[in-house]
Amino acid sequence: MLFLETLIGGLLAGTMYSLVAIGFVLIYKASGVFNFAQGSILLFSALLFVTLHEAGVPFVVAILLTILALVLLAILIEKLVLRPLTNRSPMTLFMATLGLSYAIEGIAQGVMGATVHELDLGIDDVPIFIGDLLVSQFDLVAAVTAVILVTVLALLFNQTRIGISLRAVADDTRAALSIGINLNHIWQIVWAVAGMTGLVAGILWGARQGVQFSLSLVVLKALPVLIIGGFTSIGGAIAGGLIVGASENLAEAYIGPAIGGGITGWFAYFLALAFLFIRPAGLFGERAIERV
Amino acid sequence: MFQRPLLLNTVLAVAVTATLGLGTAAISQAADQYVPLPTYRVGPYASSGTLWWAGTLDYFRYINEVEGGINGVKINYEEFETEWSPDRTVEVYERVKKGKNGSPLAFFFTHSTPASYALIEKAAIDKIPLIDPAGGRTESTDGTVFPYAFPLLFNYYSQASTGIKYIAQKEGGLDKLKGKKIVTVYHDSAYGRETQAAIKLLAEKYGFENIQIPVADPGNEQSPQWRRVREIKPDWVFLRTWGVSTPVAIKTAARFGIPVDHIIGDVWAGSEADVIPAGTAAKGYQALAPYPGGASFDIHQKLKKHILDTGKSDLRDKKFFGAVYYNIGLVNAVLAVEALRTGYNKFGNRPLNGEEGRWAFEHLVIDDARLKKIGFYGLLQPLRITPEDHEGGGAARIQQWDGKQWQLKTDWIQADRTLLRPLVEAKSAAYAKEKGITRRDPSKEK
Repeated sequence: MLFLETLIGGLLAGTMYSLVAIGFVLIYKASGVFNFAQGSILLFSALLFVTLHEAGVPFVVAILLTILALVLLAILIEKLVLRPLTNRSPMTLFMATLGLSYAIEGIAQGVMGATVHELDLGIDDVPIFIGDLLVSQFDLVAAVTAVILVTVLALLFNQTRIGISLRAVADDTRAALSIGINLNHIWQIVWAVAGMTGLVAGILWGARQGVQFSLSLVVLKALPVLIIGGFTSIGGAIAGGLIVGASENLAEAYIGPAIGGGITGWFAYFLALAFLFIRPAGLFGERAIERV
Repeated sequence: MFQRPLLLNTVLAVAVTATLGLGTAAISQAADQYVPLPTYRVGPYASSGTLWWAGTLDYFRYINEVEGGINGVKINYEEFETEWSPDRTVEVYERVKKGKNGSPLAFFFTHSTPASYALIEKAAIDKIPLIDPAGGRTESTDGTVFPYAFPLLFNYYSQASTGIKYIAQKEGGLDKLKGKKIVTVYHDSAYGRETQAAIKLLAEKYGFENIQIPVADPGNEQSPQWRRVREIKPDWVFLRTWGVSTPVAIKTAARFGIPVDHIIGDVWAGSEADVIPAGTAAKGYQALAPYPGGASFDIHQKLKKHILDTGKSDLRDKKFFGAVYYNIGLVNAVLAVEALRTGYNKFGNRPLNGEEGRWAFEHLVIDDARLKKIGFYGLLQPLRITPEDHEGGGAARIQQWDGKQWQLKTDWIQADRTLLRPLVEAKSAAYAKEKGITRRDPSKEK
């Protein structure tokens, strides 16, 4: 029973990691850039939302205003950072996102303050018993949110003109340009959508641990999720999150006491390392084939 | 020749000054006492740092502007942003250890246990006292081996002892601890593990079952740990977490049905930043408070009148006036001020050097009468530092979160320092042996 409860708890916790990882996948798919600033965008969006809400702005209006701010941020990032670096190497773009990360963190804390905020979504983090099994109500809500988010993204990518353009850019950027797809416009959309997934993740993580700087650090768990699931697959991000959540919970419960230390901090990376040996592109990632 | 516009020049000058970390420094003169402050106003721990240094700066401003300095000597403070990173704190130490503008360095606040560990050998060679109230290396309480380290107020062994003593009070006496299960959920770091030897000793003496459960940093997912706590069915939980791991612990504990009023947080798990994010789950949570929360102490009235109401406060959001971290900043500042005053009374009213600073801290006495005079009665415990004892207090009050603010539940509870002292001396002796240090004999010093 303990095993089953730990496994289910871990799977549900894993969906929270997946929510964070999806933002990385979107940008990597469209531009081949590992966006180091995703954690800062997550912090910025949650901090802006909670600051507006605390100032008396109704919940839905605060969400909409935050989305508007994320769209503006995406446009600014594309115009000021990405466009001048077009055709530079992925490493250059990665370093640019590293700098961007510090800039967003600093500006967010400078403007909205560094103190901690409570974020009450009205979802009690109380246990639900299914027989003798204890399941977290909050984690269930997070899992349902992840399912809804993935469904919306799937519809966006498969059923809309923008989504099809996004996929075209991801598959072959030069070919997409040759048929008239505006790459700059696509990047703006992708960064905005990644920001919105960051907002969803930021609100859920913020409700669990408070809205403060450490929110930006939850992305550390996204890296092993991406290595396991693959950098180019939203489904992979979900699968990777579930694997990381379940395995680290089981490891903490059954291996941790034997070795006398908290192991959740490194176990996911250990697992990711093992996957790199077996399947370098991850479970659902695309294998890069290059002419040499 | 191209001339920059005046405005641009001004902006550049301000930017360069701010970049060099000089923006917040008071204008220095040779007669001022230089006090560098490694701070963390940005980064993972900014939510505590911004309040901490608001408290410290407000008190230093009060001393400089209202009291005219310490015996007439003003404090020339200077901030250095470290993001609580020990390597940056070491860099700051290297930059400031020779003092500034004619003022030597009388002491160095590390503001971090890892930084205290990193600097302990350097500072002993440089003869600069390291000040780390309620932190630092526990065995450095023994001043005969560690003449230049001061874990003032409340070292980690005292934290363990006070926590267990309070649990005993609630159970009806120390003899009632026999057979009880006390789980310590701790941040898996040097800080988190620092109390283990003391709790083991106390468990052997009083017969309670001691179970230690680690939480890996940063601790934002703790279901396995609290599932294990639920299986153990403890009588009490001692929570020794830090940063985000505290509110997550409180919320997860509630999810697993652990009664929050049977969880006792330690010093660094007992601030508003620890309970506000946990929401209603934190109502009833208790914590050790060598730095109690609240703005009803006399010093707060003085600061409100002279600093807050005159627009000189460093506190950005005034609702945090009297918050635990603000009060930590105040207490740290007053310890520095009172030690410097002790030193000036001995050496004259001029900036002190490190050796004089050590003498000042080793002869620091703050009794109830003094506490009342300076407005810290109830906020700071009476303190008597000696060359042999660099802690000096070893007590804390207990405060309980009522959902909106901390309520003080007890007066000062004194740790069993007599019981713990052999443990401190055993560790300091091991350190002395490892480093080839000859224990000093303070009775033979001037």
